[in-house]
Amino acid sequence: MLTATNISFRVGAKPLISDISIAFAAAKLHLIIGPNGAGKSTLVKVLARFLHPQTGKVEYQGADVHQASEAELAKRRAVLSQAIDVAFPLTVREVVMMGRYPHFAGRPGPVDESIVDQVMDHMDVTEFSQRDYQTLSGGERQRVNFARVLAQLWNDGQSKDLKACRYLFLDEPLTFLDIRHQIDFMKKIRTFADAPDIVTVGVVHDLNLAAQFADHIVLLNEGKVVANGTASEVLTTELIEKVFGVTPRFIAHDSRVHIVFN
Amino acid sequence: MTKRSGNRQALLLVLAVVTLLVLAASIRFGAIDFSITQITSSLGSLLPGHPEATLDQRIFLELRLPRAVLCLLVGASLGVGGTLMQALFRNPIVEPGLVGTSTGAAFGSAVFFVLGGVFHIGVSLWSLPIAACAGGIISTYLVFMLARSREDARASIVMLLLTGLAVNALFTSGIGFLSYIARDPQARSITFWTLGTLSGASWKAVEIVTVSTAAGTLLALRYAKQLNALMIGEEEATYLGVNVNRLKWIILSVNVVIVAIATAFTGVISFVGLIVPHILRILGGADNRFLIVGSALTGATLLTLADLMARLVIRPAELPIGILTSAVGVPVFILLLRRRQYVF
Repeated sequence: MLTATNISFRVGAKPLISDISIAFAAAKLHLIIGPNGAGKSTLVKVLARFLHPQTGKVEYQGADVHQASEAELAKRRAVLSQAIDVAFPLTVREVVMMGRYPHFAGRPGPVDESIVDQVMDHMDVTEFSQRDYQTLSGGERQRVNFARVLAQLWNDGQSKDLKACRYLFLDEPLTFLDIRHQIDFMKKIRTFADAPDIVTVGVVHDLNLAAQFADHIVLLNEGKVVANGTASEVLTTELIEKVFGVTPRFIAHDSRVHIVFN
Repeated sequence: MTKRSGNRQALLLVLAVVTLLVLAASIRFGAIDFSITQITSSLGSLLPGHPEATLDQRIFLELRLPRAVLCLLVGASLGVGGTLMQALFRNPIVEPGLVGTSTGAAFGSAVFFVLGGVFHIGVSLWSLPIAACAGGIISTYLVFMLARSREDARASIVMLLLTGLAVNALFTSGIGFLSYIARDPQARSITFWTLGTLSGASWKAVEIVTVSTAAGTLLALRYAKQLNALMIGEEEATYLGVNVNRLKWIILSVNVVIVAIATAFTGVISFVGLIVPHILRILGGADNRFLIVGSALTGATLLTLADLMARLVIRPAELPIGILTSAVGVPVFILLLRRRQYVF
């Protein structure tokens, strides 16, 4: 369980998010939607403890996240961002292995090597294992990074605290992916998010993907939570018109509702 | 990974062997050549119970040998310094000479030589290195402070290089002024400070530079994994558990100390720190655990080769070593700039 209480973050005098209070349960996929500049990325960065909110606090299972050490937190919190550039020639496997860095001192052990094998297989990147990351396409890079993030959170069977949750944050992970990989990614995120000790919070742009995959949608506008609930509660004509400034139509097809825009 | 790390270990072993071979050549050839029997008998004269060393043996023990060892250490320091700067700034065209560290350190040591001579300041073993570090810290800090734009807290590389150019020019003219008023014959030679030479090597220098090089390299190795994480970005490194600000301070300090202390005894030697990490990345990739050890060995080898050439090209006279390193380094630097595969 992740709870945020009255968090506000501003740069200079400009508030990016103001007075947000919200809770995210484990084993559910929580997706944040909203127009550009709504504060989605800022909220994710505050929740993941990259940014320190000026007011309010973020708690992981009741413990203030700003009291935890970087190294401890990295064992159970991972973030997938968009478009990661590497300045130097690194092989794909080296990038994925970075996900294990919080878990070993010195050199990687057999457990780390085996987890890297598993996640690379899971993300279909085993074939580029020895390729230079810089030579990959945007979509391939994103798959490699997802493998890295999964390696960071992978259950290595060594966690002593059985009740400790793991936290996965996704900051627009679908940018640069083609439609097939977008759906494939969402399915993999969905599967991972189903584990009982995983709290998953992500930002996506595509309202249809959000409606299809999320258990819980948070609609953000101008740094505030406008609505918060299931897809049918949040994705209504009035709210979408108000927040995005476009008029949606809902089309039922194969027992699913699709949103199209005029 | 296992295959690659095996290759890297083999590569490091080869580099270590090459370093030893080059060291052997370096102690053997120079203004005068020493035969292997002369070398062994000179070393033998150090053992207790042996006769007093002859003149030749003393030349070997007090001039040639410390020079060869100092050269290895300085080369290692510059190589490691380059690797650390490039890792920290995520950019392969940064090196200690370009961001003011070396020139500032040379200025600091020139101040120490000149004012120490004028005011007869009490001189301890560590006063010169401390003066050099102070100079290096001031100039490096100046470059980073001035290169930082108001909008973006991070210094852009173009600003960094241009500011480095200006600050280098300022400190070089400072060195020129000090050389002009200096009495100490060593300090009076401006070429000593600005082009670098190992002709002033002594066992005292070897002692001090050994400490800084070994301590700096070992400390850097402890942070190699964190520097690797930095390659995918500061934000990502934070998510991998790295305290980025702390890492920056530690690495920048290690870099300034090892480069400044090396510079205090040899003057400014440019471009070693630029080329060395680059060669290694081509050979074995960008893992900093490999790069730090490899750049110590390769830096030592390249600088020793350069010193050997500096001694042999116009012997019995010798060239300032900086002329040779710049002659090789500048084309490489321009080539890297023109490839533009990196973000500026």
